[in-house]
Amino acid sequence: MAIFNEKYEKMERSELEKLQSERLVSQVKRMYENVPLFKKRMDEANLQPKDIKGIIDISKLPFSNKSDLRDEYPYGLFAVPMKDVVRLHASSGTTGKQIVVGYTEGDLKMWSECVERALNAAGVNKDDFVQVSYGYGLFTGGLGLHDGATKLGATVIPTSTGNTQRQIQTMIDFKSTCFCSTPSYLMQISEIINRDYDKNKLSLKYAILGGEPWTNEMRDIIEKSLNIKAYDIYGLSEVMGPGVSYECEYQDGMHINEDMFIPEIINPDTGEVLEDGSLGELVFTTITKEAFPLIRYRTHDLCRLNKEKCKCGRTFIRMEKPQGRSDDMLIIRGVNVFPSQIEEVLLKERVGITPNYQIIVDRINNNDTFTIKVEMGDDLFSDDIRTIEKATKSLESSIRSTLGIKPNVVLVSPGSIERSEGKAKRVIDNRKLI
Amino acid sequence: MFVKQVSIFLENKPGRIYDVIKLLGTNNIDIKALSIADTDQFGIARLILNKPNTAFNILKENNFIVKINDVIAITVSNKPGGLIDALSLLYNNNIGIEYMYAFVGDSDINASVILKVDNMEDAFKLFEKNGIKLLSSSLVHEKD
Repeated sequence: MAIFNEKYEKMERSELEKLQSERLVSQVKRMYENVPLFKKRMDEANLQPKDIKGIIDISKLPFSNKSDLRDEYPYGLFAVPMKDVVRLHASSGTTGKQIVVGYTEGDLKMWSECVERALNAAGVNKDDFVQVSYGYGLFTGGLGLHDGATKLGATVIPTSTGNTQRQIQTMIDFKSTCFCSTPSYLMQISEIINRDYDKNKLSLKYAILGGEPWTNEMRDIIEKSLNIKAYDIYGLSEVMGPGVSYECEYQDGMHINEDMFIPEIINPDTGEVLEDGSLGELVFTTITKEAFPLIRYRTHDLCRLNKEKCKCGRTFIRMEKPQGRSDDMLIIRGVNVFPSQIEEVLLKERVGITPNYQIIVDRINNNDTFTIKVEMGDDLFSDDIRTIEKATKSLESSIRSTLGIKPNVVLVSPGSIERSEGKAKRVIDNRKLI
Repeated sequence: MFVKQVSIFLENKPGRIYDVIKLLGTNNIDIKALSIADTDQFGIARLILNKPNTAFNILKENNFIVKINDVIAITVSNKPGGLIDALSLLYNNNIGIEYMYAFVGDSDINASVILKVDNMEDAFKLFEKNGIKLLSSSLVHEKD
């Protein structure tokens, strides 16, 4: 299968590490000069940019966290003047406030390259019709895949999310050969196609799936039910967007674009770097990004790195599918959800004094269900059903406007949400990723 | 004037009404009328009790979400069409009914109806003026 950029993707490890070292050293210097928070952290750790001589010194550097993005909102972490920033994207933060990331023209080029490598590794080229069914807008999924596929020269079909019937009709009529979405959405689509449509009318050959956790068993079902190959793509807005890592034809871990991102695996509790092959929290340092560089950014995704050389010939390290989170973030229908965001809305809507709630997530017919149990309080109660229903609806729509997805709010008796050692259990995730 | 109604939040799960009824029974509270309003998510039990304030305190102590509010209680003759006069008065004066429920009182001759309307004061005066029999709170409630 084709390798998009052999120079980097097949670079000798020693040469790659030299390149990473050079890029890291200049990145640290640039950030020290341009990002006050980074300078402060370096000073606090008694570190000067000259102390970082290469990737061997990376573990000396301070970590960065999603809370930094919130504290420095909106542009405090940008390392270039805003006139050089040509694009902004945003995603949800740990609280109601969103976080914002920026890209220079050069950054967008690098991002497209990441996506081109990913598409090409799956076999997609300029003869293909790529239907992008990730959300377009502030979310990096849609435009990320869009730009990469466009630059690759494929015919892009920007359907964005939603309207499943039209997605399928477009897939058939426009002869889409590659479909990009969350894995659960394609499973849903596949069920409808197999039930209501003639599968032989499809031209589909591959799917590029990401944005939420999934398993190899889900992959089997998707591949068999649609007669295609399904590839995993990984990314997060803070680090770049989709394309940070991607699968090759051997579908055995995602190759990290190591000429742009340096991965580490750490113990989430102590911050200590773990030995090769250990399960721990994935940390990224960006070494080519101009507008929004990050040093040792904690993703909170738990996974393993595999340094073994891949049969495809790429020398890039591979990451396994993330197995979970080291924080309480949930991914529901591809959207990042933090329980603290919900708590904030409940407090704002003043449902009782100490809102007691529980988030229940399940997956029914390949669709995530999202229920929030809220303990009824004196403030909310009325002898009139409509008054209560109005309050519930307004709660649902406030949460929807904060998170981007609508919950089903269920009122329960006070004290009925189970507590362990006095603390309420906030999240019940019943999803079984078959 | 108005009669006191006790409303209780009921989570949609088996045993919730039982808990309420048992609690009131063991505390010697007499239920004069009972109505349940429900949605697929939750329910509200609306009760007319001999001792609403006592019941309110007991329910509160037992962690129920409870509220007391005013309703109008009228007596109509227990025969077909008995309710027509009262309702036509409300209708002709543009007063909307939020909810209502009936209960059989002490005699077979009369039935009682509980009404919550969007203009309680006007409805009360209207009934009074037009000879609709109003059940006074002293008839319904005991000292509590």
